[in-house]
Amino acid sequence: MIEVKNINKSFGDKQILHDISVDFKQGEINLIIGASGSGKSVLTKCIVGLHEVDNGSIEYDGRDFTKMNFKARKTIRKEIGMLFQGSALFDSLTVEENVKFPLEMYSQKSEEEILDRVNFCLQRVDLVNINHLYPAELSGGMQKRVGIARAIALNPSYLFCDEPNSGLDPRTGIVIDNLIQEITQEYNITTIAVTHDMNSVMETGENINFIYKGKNWWNGNKEDVLKTDNEELNDFVYSSKIMQKFRNL
Amino acid sequence: MMSLGIGSLGLVAIISMFMGAVVTLQTAANLSNPLLPAYLIGYATRESFLLEMAPTVMSLILAGKIGSNIASEIGTMRITEQIDALEIMGINSASYLIFPKIVAALCFIPIIVIYSMCLGILGGFIVAMYSSGMTIEDYITGLRYDFKVFSIIYAMIKTVFFAFVITSVPSYHGYYTRGGALEIGRSSTKSVVYSSIVILIINYVLTQLLLL
Repeated sequence: MIEVKNINKSFGDKQILHDISVDFKQGEINLIIGASGSGKSVLTKCIVGLHEVDNGSIEYDGRDFTKMNFKARKTIRKEIGMLFQGSALFDSLTVEENVKFPLEMYSQKSEEEILDRVNFCLQRVDLVNINHLYPAELSGGMQKRVGIARAIALNPSYLFCDEPNSGLDPRTGIVIDNLIQEITQEYNITTIAVTHDMNSVMETGENINFIYKGKNWWNGNKEDVLKTDNEELNDFVYSSKIMQKFRNL
Repeated sequence: MMSLGIGSLGLVAIISMFMGAVVTLQTAANLSNPLLPAYLIGYATRESFLLEMAPTVMSLILAGKIGSNIASEIGTMRITEQIDALEIMGINSASYLIFPKIVAALCFIPIIVIYSMCLGILGGFIVAMYSSGMTIEDYITGLRYDFKVFSIIYAMIKTVFFAFVITSVPSYHGYYTRGGALEIGRSSTKSVVYSSIVILIINYVLTQLLLL
């Protein structure tokens, strides 16, 4: 479980996050939704420590991440897997080397055991016989799956997904959503996914946090999201024509 | 090491040979006074290559070739979130990406500069072989005349400083790239401009300190 308590974040004079408090539950997909520029990516980057918060605390199972130094944070970072919006695969390395990378950095396993783990992770995301391809030779969906394989290589306790199905067709997006859902339940990890895709919300939203103008505006699940009378959330949810038609049914 | 050094050998060879040939020709053309000995052509070629052409001019060329490569490589890693991926894994990304490049440059660029010295002098030698204005004997006498080992040491000291600049300045610009493809181009250009200026300033300061 990750507990975010009263965090604020500013860049210069511009305050992006305003006193945000939110709990992300273990074994569930916790979604952060909101319009572009609402602060959801900044919130995620604060949680993983890519941005320092101005004040407040972020606790990973009771361990206050904001009070730790670089060395102490390393122990928590070993427990974090992250899937980036553009996959962020190292383009000078092959698929196998990409998945192997965190294992070689942190695990004490032998070369053979590492290779077994790499193949297991790639099979888990339904990728076989692509070990020696480079990221540029893969489709967007395959890159995302390699990104997931790399993220789960070290058996993480926390999985972060930044726009996991952006740039993918709806069908592949659903495949990725389902994969994240399966992995979350299978390994009982705390998954946090940032999205503005309503398909994703309806597929996977167990604990949804709507961020509006840098504030935690609304919290609920995928059933609640359709029934809420929160004006800003309704504007966001029913902004597309498909959702408007769905609402009028 | 491969991209920093071996990939530059062809370019350095072509530039050094032609520069050596041109320096020899120009010196020969300007030494028309019969009171000046012909071996001064070889001497001038050697001195200009050892002291300036190989260490400084080659470093400026490498700042363009290697520097833009480093800035765009690291800049692309920044905007495609590969650096964030390293940070998330708890890796000190600056040290992981930049330090090996600096070490490789410090090891390999002095070798490239020595290679450039040899080829520049060879270029002059080829001109001496086929030119009517001088003889090979004069050219070789000039190469050997008043040779000081300190010239090589001076060139190597300068090269070590330049190698550090060639890798560290572009790494800095690449690492702090923000935005998209346009900014990668800007970082790459800025890194070449700034590293060239820094090289010229360091060249002046070191020459003042070491030779005078």
